[in-house]
Amino acid sequence: MVHDTKSRPAAKPEVGENKTASAPSTAQQKKRKLHRVTFYYKWCKSCGLCSAFCVKQIIQTDKNGLPFIANDDMDRCTGCRFCEIHCPDFAITIQNKYPERRHSDDRQ
Amino acid sequence: MLERAEIVRKEYLRHDKKFPHVWCPGCGNGIVMGALLRAIHRSGLEKDDVVLASGIGCSGRMPTYVDFNTIHTTHGRALTFSTGIKLAKPELTVLTVMGDGDATAIGGNHFIHAARRNLDMTAIIINNSTYGMTGGQYSPTTPFGSKSTTSVYGHVEHAFSIAELAVTAGASFVARSTVYHATHLEDMIRLAIAKKGFSVMEVISNCHVQHGRRNKLGGAVEMIKGFKERAVRVEKAEKMSAEELVDKITIGVLADVEKPISTEQYQRVINEAKKKAEKIAKEKEKNGIKRYEE
Ligand SMILES: Cc1ncc(C[n+]2csc(CCOP(=O)(O)OP(=O)(O)O)c2C)c(N)n1
Ligand code: SF4
Ligand code: SF4
Ligand code: SF4
Repeated sequence: MVHDTKSRPAAKPEVGENKTASAPSTAQQKKRKLHRVTFYYKWCKSCGLCSAFCVKQIIQTDKNGLPFIANDDMDRCTGCRFCEIHCPDFAITIQNKYPERRHSDDRQ
Repeated sequence: MLERAEIVRKEYLRHDKKFPHVWCPGCGNGIVMGALLRAIHRSGLEKDDVVLASGIGCSGRMPTYVDFNTIHTTHGRALTFSTGIKLAKPELTVLTVMGDGDATAIGGNHFIHAARRNLDMTAIIINNSTYGMTGGQYSPTTPFGSKSTTSVYGHVEHAFSIAELAVTAGASFVARSTVYHATHLEDMIRLAIAKKGFSVMEVISNCHVQHGRRNKLGGAVEMIKGFKERAVRVEKAEKMSAEELVDKITIGVLADVEKPISTEQYQRVINEAKKKAEKIAKEKEKNGIKRYEE
């Protein structure tokens, strides 16, 4: 399966609107547990289950159907692992409290 | 420390096999495989002590990908292979994964008699209401009126309830879950593995490609959402009337009984027969009759 991953659209603007609500202040960040969601694109089949079922609705899909989470949205992940255990292709990993929260979107 | 998904991926999958696996995008078989691997991991079983057998069908591909003792057998006969393995090596944990057609059509007799015999094994039946692999013919669990390649005007026959069939046939443990309830499914599989006796786990799954598409049930997302809406826990279902339960999926433990297990009973027979043979041999020696093999 060849995905044209380079030409995916930039994070949708509507998501930017959530920024105020989604990006917690540093004080808030300390209290909340943070999570990092990683997609393993080699195995992902773009089935859309993760983006449809994410409890926080933060998983978006690009024009090839590949899931990604905008960097601003990553902190809203509750770590419920719903997406991880429902991915039929073992393509999602949730990590707790990842120290230097890197980008969820390392497809290039 | 490895994260949960990493453990499943790194420890339990065979990385010399071709990934991503063959199943269609969004197919519930992958969700069941994940739940099964997590259940086995949580049960604390050694990989070498687990046997996973399967028949033929999409679901039958599962043993190909997992790093246990695996056997991909003939259509409908997976339980007979498992029975042989369990009798020869009772210390192994034997799991059998089958499709609905595999377990209740061609393998129907094997299934009910395995339940009646009450061997200490676990059968996981992925019920996607159709013959997925061969192109969507109706199976014994295709609902009345549903369309399939062999019932283009709507199915004229009635469907089996696999779990109820297993209860009636005498299985020690019977549970049902769906691919939407992946955590519940994992818990149920764990209980089924832990249970001594024949355990049956019916998993309601989606074949959106063959069954969903023909019956306008939508894609994987819509079908799996449907399971969420239709599922009722057993405790709640007990208080509901038959009309209310039409088209609902009862999930949870449907039967859990204690009864003698034939694998253990066989061991008793083996021990008793051995004792008797030794006694006869000794008596023969005492009476001066030479043992045949000497
Ligand atoms: C003895 C025999 N008869 C028929 C077939 C053809 N066949 C292969 S898979 C299959 C049906 C599989 O359906 P199911 O067991 O429901 O599994 P699914 O593909 O839906 O997971 C059939 C009839 C076969 N392989 N062997
Ligand atoms: S559920 Fe898995 S396979 Fe499906 S789109 Fe999400 S990551 Fe990809
Ligand atoms: S863990 Fe839960 S909140 Fe986080 S991305 Fe997955 S489904 Fe969404
Ligand atoms: S045909 Fe159906 S059961 Fe088979 S892999 Fe595709 S969706 Fe799954």
